[in-house]
Amino acid sequence: MTPDDRRYSREHEWAKLEGSEVVVGITDFAQAQLGDVVYVELPKVGDQVTQMKEMGVIESVKTASDLFSPVSGEVVAVNEAVVSEPQLVNESPYERGWLIRVRPDNPDELRQLLSAAEYEALIAEGDSE
Amino acid sequence: MPFVPLTPTERQQMLERIGVASTDALFEVIPPALRFPRIDLPPGESELETSRAVRALAARNRPATELACFLGGGVYHHFIPAAVGALASRGEFLTAYTPYQPEVSQGTLQAVFEFQSLVCDLFAMDVANASMYDGATALAEAVLMAQRITRRTRVVLGSGVHPEYRAVTATYLGDEAAELVVTPLEERDGALREGDPAPLVDERTACVVVQQPSFFGALADWTALRQACDRTGALLVMVVNPLSLGLLKPPGAWGADIAVGEGQSLGVPMSFGGPYVGLMATRQQYVRQLPGRLAGIARDSEGRRGFVLTLRPREQDIRREKATSNICTNQALVALQVTIYLSLMGPQGLRQAAENCYQYAHYAAAQIARLPGYTVLTPEPFFHEFVVRGPRPPEEINARLLEAGILGGLPLRRLGPALADCALYCCTEMNTRAEIDALVEVLARL
Amino acid sequence: MDAASPLSRPPGLADLRQTPEPLLSELSTPDRPGIELPAPDVPRVALPPRDLLREALPLPVVGELEVVRHFTRLSQKNYAIDTGFYPLGSCTMKYNPKLNDELARLPGFAGLHPYQPAETVQGALALLAALEAALAEITGFAAVSLHPAAGAHGELTGLLIIRAYHRERGDTRRQRVLVPDSAHGTNPATAAMVGYETVTLPSDARGNVDLRALEAALGPDVAALMITAPSTLGLFDEHMLALTEAVHAAGALVYGDGANMNALLGVAKPAALGIDVLHMNLHKTFSTPHGGGGPGAGALAVTAALEPYLPVPVVRRRGDDYALEYDRPRSIGPVRAFGGHFGVLVRAYAYLRRLGAEGLRAVSEAAVLNANYLRVLLQEWYDVPYNRPCMHEVVLSGRRLKARGVRTLDVAKRLIDYGFHPPTIYFPLVVEEALMIEPTETETKATLDAFAAAMAAIAREAQEQPELLRAAPHATPVRRLDEATAARQPVLRWATPPATRE
Repeated sequence: MTPDDRRYSREHEWAKLEGSEVVVGITDFAQAQLGDVVYVELPKVGDQVTQMKEMGVIESVKTASDLFSPVSGEVVAVNEAVVSEPQLVNESPYERGWLIRVRPDNPDELRQLLSAAEYEALIAEGDSE
Repeated sequence: MPFVPLTPTERQQMLERIGVASTDALFEVIPPALRFPRIDLPPGESELETSRAVRALAARNRPATELACFLGGGVYHHFIPAAVGALASRGEFLTAYTPYQPEVSQGTLQAVFEFQSLVCDLFAMDVANASMYDGATALAEAVLMAQRITRRTRVVLGSGVHPEYRAVTATYLGDEAAELVVTPLEERDGALREGDPAPLVDERTACVVVQQPSFFGALADWTALRQACDRTGALLVMVVNPLSLGLLKPPGAWGADIAVGEGQSLGVPMSFGGPYVGLMATRQQYVRQLPGRLAGIARDSEGRRGFVLTLRPREQDIRREKATSNICTNQALVALQVTIYLSLMGPQGLRQAAENCYQYAHYAAAQIARLPGYTVLTPEPFFHEFVVRGPRPPEEINARLLEAGILGGLPLRRLGPALADCALYCCTEMNTRAEIDALVEVLARL
Repeated sequence: MDAASPLSRPPGLADLRQTPEPLLSELSTPDRPGIELPAPDVPRVALPPRDLLREALPLPVVGELEVVRHFTRLSQKNYAIDTGFYPLGSCTMKYNPKLNDELARLPGFAGLHPYQPAETVQGALALLAALEAALAEITGFAAVSLHPAAGAHGELTGLLIIRAYHRERGDTRRQRVLVPDSAHGTNPATAAMVGYETVTLPSDARGNVDLRALEAALGPDVAALMITAPSTLGLFDEHMLALTEAVHAAGALVYGDGANMNALLGVAKPAALGIDVLHMNLHKTFSTPHGGGGPGAGALAVTAALEPYLPVPVVRRRGDDYALEYDRPRSIGPVRAFGGHFGVLVRAYAYLRRLGAEGLRAVSEAAVLNANYLRVLLQEWYDVPYNRPCMHEVVLSGRRLKARGVRTLDVAKRLIDYGFHPPTIYFPLVVEEALMIEPTETETKATLDAFAAAMAAIAREAQEQPELLRAAPHATPVRRLDEATAARQPVLRWATPPATRE
């Protein structure tokens, strides 16, 4: 279910190290909570993002949520497909619905994030409340 | 008791069902010492009594619509086709609220969509919202929007922008009002001239605001200002009188990034200041920074065309402190009046109304300019308003005019001592040659 | 419970099932003659230079009868108070007496220009002064401004006044505004507009503001608490006086969101509760029609200490005459051009005259009685998260239907089939699957019973045939609309038809 090839933030973003870059997206749980995603506002290539700071906005029909970057670094790519077809976030949150690629300032930051198992535990805890 | 239909028996049945002895028991949470305070107001009245009393108040007024009206300054006496009031006062429009449930609000939603479309066509802009409170708050919101888009704070305001609009913008900007720069207003060669805002626009400027026609009635060419915006990245915000757009070049054709206007001139009674409706339009690329509601087309589960409120997450009830504005209740019914007005007038009627305004104003200005002691300070070209400097204080002139059943121009004393002997005159399609000749005759006798 | 059968829906709804109404642009026929104005009876002068004129005016051309039918047919696609029960929580959809509209349209009011000399508008100024005085008396405040255009606009005005007050005392550290989590979204949005940082306060288990959280949040950096009384949970805070005392002890002010004043008329004066600034939604409590989303009016009441900051101009009595006063150096400035929504104010004034002192209390008593009656009738079928006597509205939760795959949205849509406008849903945000029901005082017991029966029938349907709810509504001009596609590819205007281009 929750891929264990990447790390997770408490704000429901994922970060996956690919070579020297980190791919960022939102989790399946997050997209299900949001419902039909209709709009994604992302930083521009070349922008600096900071771990746990706002980097954009994601809107569904009924709500909007800030996106927090799980790592600090420079944005090297933005998923233009998601901008034109926001439903990709719903259909494929872990693959085609990725949001940005970051060249991390400090790849060790990923270690501060949750593992897949820890993230699943976090969601389960929220559910039982 | 008026409007409370419960009978004593029903009341008793309901209390029993709730399980309390009296309604007082439902208010025990209110601190006892403060509960059910004395309200020092007269006893209630029957419909007939209230009707008489309020009509008596109305009778103490002398409405502009029953005088020869030369008063404008942002609110205008125009012709309103009878169908506007008849349709807009239908209870189904009047007593509905914000269309949160689209399946039972298609009437309101389609009318809002049509309103947005008509404003776009009139302004030659890409996208318009469902309305703002009035022209002044629409301008204030446009300036806030420009600051969000450019992430800059400095704002250049033309001195031809309505002084109350400028003041409302300053109120909205709060601390950032210090970043407002107003162009000089100069009197040169017997004419009142608005300083060119272009040299004031720089790389720190979020937007420059100009009004066309200006508060003083004048028309200007804004091509160079658009170029200054292109050079600096500042946005061009235009305040327009939408009725004048029956004739004049629309803000979209000037290259405006945001256009706002007071919709009162389009079929809305003057009503001593409101309610009116703020029109607001922008370029497609800025739609998510546009405050206020938006109606859009949606298909239902059977493929039929319908309308919904869309791009809702920009709004306060969802986005809370991150919303584009705090606006919630807007001016839907007044926007409906504008929509009905424009559909009745059509392009031909609107053009004729605008042209008649222009012709009557130019006739009046020419007649007044010929009188000894009077100067018309608004230079050509102007639309339907012009500043007149007279031989006596304008308040005194207006008192004499009123004796003749004429509502004179707006005294400009509040704009400073240099204009204390000036008044802003306005003509519309509602004036006649006889009214103007009577005005000129009284002025000549002073 | 037979009364709640969908067959009992009011007449008229059947008419709503029609083919879609064309857009004005689709009704347009280029050469059709339109409205004619008389040609000007003065010598014509040349028009302005061409480069100041427009080239084309692409508006639709529609004949008068077609316009009349178009808007009449559109109106018939609306649900309104005049057509049925409209228990939209937080919006006070009460009966709007028709006299109000008639009076607001009198030429002696509707024909007034806002810049007319004071001597020609004495009746209008007297009306404004009388309405200000009546609202001050009802709320217990020293002064009232009638300028704000709507509730949110009143909030903006009030927070600007609060900021001016602190500034003038040299107290510039106050950068934070406290807002309970049950507040209207306009509260935090307004605080942000004024440049304040918002701090959200949690609710306690009984639906009050958590007093300890409030005390912890208070400090020399807090400008104000924004509180809705009664709250959006339909509850009057059990620690109201303790809250306002704590805020004042910290040197901050209390902003009252008076959207729910329909519960407090003649019941309590907000000023006596420790509120410093209060806006009222005249279009809710004081019965002016909501117009499909406005116009409203957001009268603002303040204590004597805050009176100097009110927006300009203010109405002043000089002897037997009234005048507008602009020269008020401590004012926050104008918040709108041309004063307030006079047409709305005339309606509110006429309504207050009809009610009188005793009528005010009768309104709130009946509004609260009706809400509690529905609370008791519905608690068997829906959860009442805070089940104590409510004020003018009751907040239910539809969470127990979730097991059947039915959401509150589905309940709302099914209510439409039963001929009722749905309550406010998913608000307040602190209640899961919220249904916020405000019956108002103007409904009969029979209407309340029929609504309760429909709600009960729907709860049973949720158990027996949940798909019926999920597909609702069935009897409307359109079915559920695809809001996701509408938001992804927004179509916000018609494509200008080439036929109308010049």
